[in-house]
Amino acid sequence: MSLAARVFPPPYPAGRALRAAAAALKAEWTKFRTVAEPFWLLAGVVALTVAIGAAAGSAARCSSASCGLDPATVSYTGIYPAQAVAAMVGVLAVGNEYSTGMIKLSLTAMPHRLTWLFAKAAVVTAPVLAASALAVAGAALAGRLTLPGHGFTPAHGYPSLTTGTDLRAAVGTVLYLTLIALLSLGVAAAVRNSAAAIGVVLGLLYLFPIAAAVISNATIARHLNQIGPLPAGLDVQATTGLNSLPLTPWQGLGVVALWTAGALLLGALALKFRDA
Amino acid sequence: MTTPTAAPHRPPLNRERERFWYLIHGEWTKFRTVRGWVIAVLVTILAITAFAFLFSDISAGCAVSSGAGGTASPASCPPPPPTGPGGEPVQDAFYFLHQPLTSNGTITVQLTSLTGQVAIGPGSNGQSQMGSGLQPWSKAGIIIKENMSQGSAYAAMMVTGSNGVRMQWDYVNDRPGLPGSVSASAPRWLRLVRDGDTITGYDSADGTQWTPVDTVTLPGLTDPKQAGTVQAGLFTAAPSTGNATTTTGVFQHIGLSWPATRWTATNVGGTSQNGVGQPGTFSQSGGVLTVTGGSGDIAPLVGGAGVISIQRALLGTFFGLIPLIVVAAMFVTGEYRRGLIRVSLTAAPRRGRLLAAKAVVIAAVGFVAGAVAAALALAVGTPVLPRTGIPVWPVSLLTEARMVVGTGALLALAGVLAMAIAIIVRRSAPAITTAIVVIFIPYLLTVGVGPQGGGNGGGGDWLLQATPVAAMAVQQALPKYYQVAAPYAVVGGYYPLAPWAGLAVECAWAAAALALAFFLLRRRDV
Repeated sequence: MSLAARVFPPPYPAGRALRAAAAALKAEWTKFRTVAEPFWLLAGVVALTVAIGAAAGSAARCSSASCGLDPATVSYTGIYPAQAVAAMVGVLAVGNEYSTGMIKLSLTAMPHRLTWLFAKAAVVTAPVLAASALAVAGAALAGRLTLPGHGFTPAHGYPSLTTGTDLRAAVGTVLYLTLIALLSLGVAAAVRNSAAAIGVVLGLLYLFPIAAAVISNATIARHLNQIGPLPAGLDVQATTGLNSLPLTPWQGLGVVALWTAGALLLGALALKFRDA
Repeated sequence: MTTPTAAPHRPPLNRERERFWYLIHGEWTKFRTVRGWVIAVLVTILAITAFAFLFSDISAGCAVSSGAGGTASPASCPPPPPTGPGGEPVQDAFYFLHQPLTSNGTITVQLTSLTGQVAIGPGSNGQSQMGSGLQPWSKAGIIIKENMSQGSAYAAMMVTGSNGVRMQWDYVNDRPGLPGSVSASAPRWLRLVRDGDTITGYDSADGTQWTPVDTVTLPGLTDPKQAGTVQAGLFTAAPSTGNATTTTGVFQHIGLSWPATRWTATNVGGTSQNGVGQPGTFSQSGGVLTVTGGSGDIAPLVGGAGVISIQRALLGTFFGLIPLIVVAAMFVTGEYRRGLIRVSLTAAPRRGRLLAAKAVVIAAVGFVAGAVAAALALAVGTPVLPRTGIPVWPVSLLTEARMVVGTGALLALAGVLAMAIAIIVRRSAPAITTAIVVIFIPYLLTVGVGPQGGGNGGGGDWLLQATPVAAMAVQQALPKYYQVAAPYAVVGGYYPLAPWAGLAVECAWAAAALALAFFLLRRRDV
């Protein structure tokens, strides 16, 4: 573990760095697509988001103008469990390397460890982004079909469910899921163990909102909702009551981005300065 | 993944070598010799205890100065509510027409009407605009009360908005009498008979056929300090809905067994913070007394903001669950990952017994961790809780014991559930994710974490009745009173199921997962 023991490889000569990165990307993409697991996990993200969103949408009723329900939040209820699956994608992308011992081979082949990590992150990002977009589109479509029939009508203050705000909610939710997967990847790189990493990530996601809900001190609850990646990030889904949010929608997503950047940084530092 | 195989060889039981105890001992050795797992269990205990401090202190509804100075600042905290004979915080604010009753006696009335009003919006000159609206537990009737101070012992017969005739005493007790609502064509006769410290309530539809509702003993009534004198008379109370309310009762045929004096009208509790919302009025014409009281009740305090209990100290349970679930899953998946499972199954070819041994060990670990953590959390929370400035509901030692044992059982079952899921999926990340999602998401959706509090729209009580997190009910220390209408919300500490019923739901989940794990473990090669 001593720093002196680590011999850092010399930097790539100019012009070769790009080729090395491309090779790393190709290698990681091959690893990703030739295993069935990530596909099933991403299918799970889509299925959970759409199914639970549709169920919540068919259960929600808005009987008056002040029913206080946010149609976007209702449609995207499935995000609560689906983000755990997205987190699993990120955790396992790195965790599987450690649990199978593949990491030794990977780092031998790619001695520039950060190149490996960011190739990993890039390879995870694209499919998660695509699956999230599919999931959110499905949930939004389900909401679009059911909610107007359940009282989410212009008369109750829900104009069309296809405004710019609704688009922001959808895009923001896609980005949120992707950021959570990357956050998990960073944590896994820092922890090196899938079980511990998924525990840390799910604790980080779910404990903030629980603490904020049960604490009766409004100031502290508000701060917890601003700090926690889940409550802050899901501010981006809000389409009603924007003035009462603890953060603006994009600020909320920014908080998640900060958490993700922090986790990736931590993972990168741990990877660079530690024996694998 | 699995190929059909011939029935596996099942050797006969070697009594000596295969004693169940040896299996448990083996599994326990596996558990205790992994340093990370032991640390995770300690983290479980530490998390629950540490958050006991957090949740019982900073959860304050009003400012708290916990520094060297000492107690809560009176400027920002409301005055403490009165406490009833049982030591529980109560609401004791009503309009009372009373006379002293120096010895034994009987009071009888006939009620012919009960009406109510509720504020429906701001009106002119600062007064609220009132519309008719009787609350289900609006009440008017007769009462015998120890003295005029708030929280003193009492027994009352009353008609209510939509719950018929009731006898209530000492704030938390309630007994139904005649059903149906009161009207001029269906009057209700009420009677209270005092004999020393015993009070019997009767009701009647016609004033001749009397039915006893209940007989209660209130030791406070014979307090030597007041030489046996109590206050007896008529009252009305209008439980507030957040908006101002009034209740009007029309009394006739008032019969007193003692030489009547003039009625004294008192707003019990005054119009202060813990008193009535607005002063009551009464008018008398002939033998008819019309009594109107505003915004108050004679009832225990309920609800999240109104009263808290030591239950808050256990909210760290969620924090402790995560490391425990991780360890319980790794207890199995570690064997699969390292191939140890093959050795384990070779040593214990009867696979059900291996599964049982693992379940026993993880349940024991979870139970001890949960019970120890809960006991520590209660010990930490008890002195800290009053600093919140919110009235604290007294909790009996028996209830605390149930909370401690129940938290142990809750963690034990969560551990068994996670372990069983781990056997089913054989991989740590999916097992942990499934266990955490199944336990945490229903709670999250029920407490409503969306931007507007109830953001999900779909989450209802059923989530807390049908999923493992129903077991949180075992920590409930605040009793629900059906005779007090209030939002009994989860965040306030009220769960839809009874304590042990909630635990039984989690038990069913763990049992179902174990059954599936047993089936798969026997059927699969490894």
